[in-house]
Amino acid sequence: MVSRTPLILLACGSFNPITNMHMRLFELARDHLQKTGRYQVIEGIMSPVNDDYRKKGLVSARHRIAMAKLALETSDWIRVDPWESEQETWTETVKVLRGAATNLRSGDPTYKSFDLAQLQLKHHYNESLRLLQSKKEFMKNKWPIERSTEDPLSYEHSVLPELKLLCGADFLQTFKTPNLWKEEHIKEIVEKFGLVCISRAGSDPAQYISESDLLTQFQHNIFLVKEWIQNEISATQIRYALCRGLSVKYLIPDSVISYIARHNIYTEESERENEGHLLQPLKLYNTTVNPLND
Amino acid sequence: MAMEDPDKKTEVVLLACGSFNPITNMHLRLFELAKDYLHETGKYKVIKGIISPVGDAYKKKGLISANHRVTMAKLATKNSDWVEVDDWESSQSEWLETLKVLRYHHQKLLSPDPTNSLQNAIPLTKPGRKRKQEPNRHDPVKKKNQSPDIKSVPQVKLLCGSDMLESFGIPNLWKLEDITEIVENHGLVCISRAGNSVQKFIYESDILWRHKNNIHLVEEWITNDISSTKIRRALRRGQSIRYLVPDVVQAYIEKNNLYSPESEDRNAGVVLAPLQKHASDSKN
Repeated sequence: MVSRTPLILLACGSFNPITNMHMRLFELARDHLQKTGRYQVIEGIMSPVNDDYRKKGLVSARHRIAMAKLALETSDWIRVDPWESEQETWTETVKVLRGAATNLRSGDPTYKSFDLAQLQLKHHYNESLRLLQSKKEFMKNKWPIERSTEDPLSYEHSVLPELKLLCGADFLQTFKTPNLWKEEHIKEIVEKFGLVCISRAGSDPAQYISESDLLTQFQHNIFLVKEWIQNEISATQIRYALCRGLSVKYLIPDSVISYIARHNIYTEESERENEGHLLQPLKLYNTTVNPLND
Repeated sequence: MAMEDPDKKTEVVLLACGSFNPITNMHLRLFELAKDYLHETGKYKVIKGIISPVGDAYKKKGLISANHRVTMAKLATKNSDWVEVDDWESSQSEWLETLKVLRYHHQKLLSPDPTNSLQNAIPLTKPGRKRKQEPNRHDPVKKKNQSPDIKSVPQVKLLCGSDMLESFGIPNLWKLEDITEIVENHGLVCISRAGNSVQKFIYESDILWRHKNNIHLVEEWITNDISSTKIRRALRRGQSIRYLVPDVVQAYIEKNNLYSPESEDRNAGVVLAPLQKHASDSKN
């Protein structure tokens, strides 16, 4: 009986606003990883980017966090983490990953919001396992035969979960954008953590990976998941629709639609936010003197 | 009777016929897109959306009991203030042509009389003319409360995706006179993906071309390919369908264990009702 490695999926992004597609990414990733037989996905974390990212049309993190929380109310395994958005400046993705991992290892109080001390992790763990066990009981006849003999409680409680970055294939391709990423960060992400990359129609991540020596070297740690049910709800299109008074029902949760209406979040004005500004990572990596201390 | 004022809006009811096996977020989206589109023309006011699941007698492969399909659709539309489910079609013992369902709902709209008989599915002449022929007909309460910018005769339009429109071309699936009456007397609102072949299909059909003003093509820019077939496939494979169908529908499916390899085999080898009917009609 092979015991599975516990795994946590972390998605970074604007979530401006959160959509059904964002949440789908988690579901797809979990199904895929469970199917490998090597992993047990115990948690999904959504980490909305800091306002300091300065992306055009980015509304206040306060709202983006609130909307994500509303959307995830009905999920029993995915949650929002406001840590990244609460920092004073924009944080590189690799640092968000490092912070989460550090906290998993030592319950480091400087990464307060994750607050995943070993004890809490075990609790989480057990909860997830309990939920999984009862779901499995129900779905017993549907799951492939090789799974029915598993005993989820065979996991070692002292085994630390792995943390992997969840993203879309277009995210992978941003590695190519000059000055957006530091080479050593990309390496750390794929080597120390790993990527779970959901591909949409029209993008061929396998080819892109083969074109990059770095990514090819760590391709065993890049999980490609194909989305066969196309559901390309871009947040940009959602914002356009909202500005034009068009319906977005069934594309984002009702609770998020109400929130947006109540606070009048997306308008022509909000869309102009950060117009003319350079994205923070581009600004940082363009300077010859890098004030950041890695 | 006064001439119809071109500034007044026509009231429209959108009717969607289909298996809804199960209902998905994409089905629900069709209504929203159609409503937005019609409102933006400035000529229509959409007053209601109706989901009419097909009866079990349709005999499509994998079609589960109408009871479940109607229940799921009702759950899915519980928090919609304008889209509702109608089970008249699904409660008939025989399969009904789409045109009959359209006629039924149109009759119901003109005179909200609780007779559920098939008699309501009688042929309709062009909207407007019928009222002239029956001047003594009691005006439905609705009309008395009408606001001044509404035209007097509401319409029921068939809401569909490009696959349904293009199915007009499948031999023996539709009767030519039905298609004619649908586009001539009622109208279509057809939602399709950008880059579709619907316009070409309409161009290549004399009947559709003649009534193209009554065929509203709406482009869906947000690619949304959530077909019921794919949902059922995912369920058979133990994959998640969350965020593709309303949560309540997903919960209902799970609780009742609705879709399996067995359910997918239902009606295997059976000829689809319309094909059977039209084949035997042509024999007679």
